[in-house]
Amino acid sequence: MSENFETAIRSMCEGVGNDKARMMDIVREVQETFGCVSDDAMDLIADQVRTPRVEVESVVTFYAFLSKKQNGTVVFRLCDDIIDRMFGFERLKHAITEELGIDIGETTADGRFSLETTPCIGMCDQAPALMINDEIFTEVSRDTLLDYVEQLKAGITPERLRRRLGDGNNSNPLVSAAVSNNIRTRGEVIFAPLECGRALKKALSMSPNEVIRDIKTARLRGRGGAGFPTGMKWDFTRAARGERKFVICNADEGEPGTFKDRVILTERPELLIEGMAIAGYAIGAQEGIIYLRGEYAYLRPFLEDMLQKARNTGMLGKAIFGKQGFDFDIRIQMGAGAYVCGEETALISSCEGLRGDPKNRPPFPAQKGYHGYPTSVNNVETFCCVARILDQGAGWFSQIGSKGSTGTKLLSISGDCRRPGVYEVPFGIKLCEVLEMAGGNGAVAVQIGGPSGQMVGPKDYNRTICYDDLATGGAMMVFGPNRNLLEVVHYFMEFFVEESCGYCTPCRVGNALLKDRLERIMEGKGEPADLDYLEDLGVTVKSTSRCGLGQTSPNPILSTLKNFRPLYEQLVHEDQPFQATFDIQKALGEAKSIAGRPSMHFAE
Amino acid sequence: MAKPKIATTSLAGCFGCHMSILDIDERILELVDIVDFDKSPINDIKEFTGECLVGLVEGGCANEENVRVLQDFRKHCKILISLGDCAINGGLPAMRNTIPLKECLDEAYLNGPSVYNPSGRIPNDSEIPLLLNKVYPCHEVVKIDYHLPGCPPSADTIWQALTALLTDKPMELPYELIKYD
Ligand SMILES: Cc1cc2nc3c(=O)[nH]c(=O)nc-3n(C[C@H](O)[C@H](O)[C@H](O)COP(=O)(O)O)c2cc1C
Ligand code: SF4
Ligand code: SF4
Ligand code: FES
Repeated sequence: MSENFETAIRSMCEGVGNDKARMMDIVREVQETFGCVSDDAMDLIADQVRTPRVEVESVVTFYAFLSKKQNGTVVFRLCDDIIDRMFGFERLKHAITEELGIDIGETTADGRFSLETTPCIGMCDQAPALMINDEIFTEVSRDTLLDYVEQLKAGITPERLRRRLGDGNNSNPLVSAAVSNNIRTRGEVIFAPLECGRALKKALSMSPNEVIRDIKTARLRGRGGAGFPTGMKWDFTRAARGERKFVICNADEGEPGTFKDRVILTERPELLIEGMAIAGYAIGAQEGIIYLRGEYAYLRPFLEDMLQKARNTGMLGKAIFGKQGFDFDIRIQMGAGAYVCGEETALISSCEGLRGDPKNRPPFPAQKGYHGYPTSVNNVETFCCVARILDQGAGWFSQIGSKGSTGTKLLSISGDCRRPGVYEVPFGIKLCEVLEMAGGNGAVAVQIGGPSGQMVGPKDYNRTICYDDLATGGAMMVFGPNRNLLEVVHYFMEFFVEESCGYCTPCRVGNALLKDRLERIMEGKGEPADLDYLEDLGVTVKSTSRCGLGQTSPNPILSTLKNFRPLYEQLVHEDQPFQATFDIQKALGEAKSIAGRPSMHFAE
Repeated sequence: MAKPKIATTSLAGCFGCHMSILDIDERILELVDIVDFDKSPINDIKEFTGECLVGLVEGGCANEENVRVLQDFRKHCKILISLGDCAINGGLPAMRNTIPLKECLDEAYLNGPSVYNPSGRIPNDSEIPLLLNKVYPCHEVVKIDYHLPGCPPSADTIWQALTALLTDKPMELPYELIKYD
């Protein structure tokens, strides 16, 4: 171990005040600098921040973007998600494994290139997509990819591979990303023009309770998926006792098929910051955290700059807009590639420098959240709605949308449609209208709300997008007539098996069993009783898992069993000759070669 | 109405489970009042003569013939029961499962300390069923409806199970019947 290495690691720890609760920042920096968090590095970190070494290791081994083994200088992460699989993932994978001569999960012998896959990176409307280090590349063709590899081999850095910059703030020098916003319809809440600071000033002229009352009058519900009434959550957080309180913005956006928060973060960060400050004022918090998914690291410099600008104009910092006694500031916490960290208690664990394990509830974060202090976790879009409600009035907001679901909703639409992208629509809109807008008329199935949501078919196209009917955190994947829906379901189950934190048996084991049985059916070895098995086990996993991941993970199977049952029925047969896992030829293989004669009962 | 039929077989087992069937003693007279025996070593009927209500399978599958017989049972029996630990877990024969098949044969026919085999050949007549790579419990090969554990399950256990199934009553297996220490 060189002295420089030791000094570097120790100074990275010092950079966050040797605070073990900032473990994520430490290990991310080590990973970025050295291409891994080696055993030596973990020893040093443990020593420097005075924590058992296993605490460091448990973090490093939990997150997909951290590794103990040495990564190449350049890491390719191909987005291997269902949408990318539909639009050429296999082609890219084939081309690059061949070109680099390594498989997924390997590093070239010269230590220059590593190859990995990752679930949805939030670019589904411009698939196939991939990351090269922190850079994002979208709509990548085979030839382009090979060209990138060639240039990288010649020593070009990943930033310099970009051929074009995206629209809007994607071409802001601090973002400079080859990412498109694809905003297709702009509604009145999120994408309408905005006068910065007006909403916050208005909030500060009211009492915190009045602010919460406004949010309640607007009947705002959380945009992250679960749809919990925001005013009520804030009431609980405000009422809870705690020396400090926290506002956390959930910008993890890990649900495959969701990419609307990315567009908000790119185009409406001011609205988000303002909404968070209003939340801070309402619940009595002085500190805010934006938990930004690792895949969106390219947005970080831009967001840091926006935070600094907000400080400069008095929207963040001490005595905000001259209001004595109201101090509020925001820091960014980076994630590192873990879907479960979008679950609010897992997100809090991650912010605390731990593995992203969900926590037991109760106590709810509103009572005991970040470091045990009352905390309100809300989605990016929710905060934006808050700012707009304060600005335009609760009455105005509650006029938009439907009775139980007020306001607008951002939908991120991808898959087999002519105009994939982000749509701001009023709640209560019919699914068929949305499909019409997106040019997905021929769809045979639509996945609403990502893998954890449900798959519906044409007979449900007249239903409406709202919390009481087709609820969604924003994802909408469209599947045309040529898609094999069971393959989609299978992919989703693979995703959950991979992303389960492993704490509870129903989720850790149950999802794997569901996936196995589904595979058996897809191979034509299933029997009708297997469908009951899937249903029973699915219900068990849902009702006995600890967090929302396990409580929703059987949905792909359960919703297709309900809405697309013939797909399963045509594959299963009574009277299977054997159990699906038994292969008589394999079982006889050794004996046949020893005896040198064929089987008398089971011809090949 | 014709009496329902039952069938029994011993695959890779020691016939201990069949001895236990016979241990129901004079109750066998009651049994033949309500059922007919189809294929079974007890009456030496070699092939199924028709559909059966219950099939009792002793022993797991060690060779291809075991597999064929088990498939035959699955085909002919409405309710198939794994009888005893060999059928359920593979039992004693499954001790070979950690050793490659070739080594097992060499030990049995060539190298074992008590082997006398001047020809130095491993029997390989075409009539000898091929061994499986390992011994499989029955439910890994075909679907099994019930498992009656024990080595062997006691006669009372077998009696309880059979009469319950034949008279369509809930099975009563008191603690003494399913306690093994
Ligand atoms: C596995 C899992 C992943 C989640 N991912 C996200 C996410 O990426 N973004 C988000 O806002 N909420 C996510 N949620 C929901 C959060 O737990 C939480 O309900 C939400 O952030 C609350 O904000 P809201 O009330 O504004 O919707 C996830 C939940 C689960 C169970
Ligand atoms: S449900 Fe799954 S992800 Fe959630 S705590 Fe249990 S094992 Fe972890
Ligand atoms: S379970 Fe016991 S009694 Fe029955 S066949 Fe196996 S060894 Fe023999
Ligand atoms: S970015 Fe690949 S599926 Fe979402």
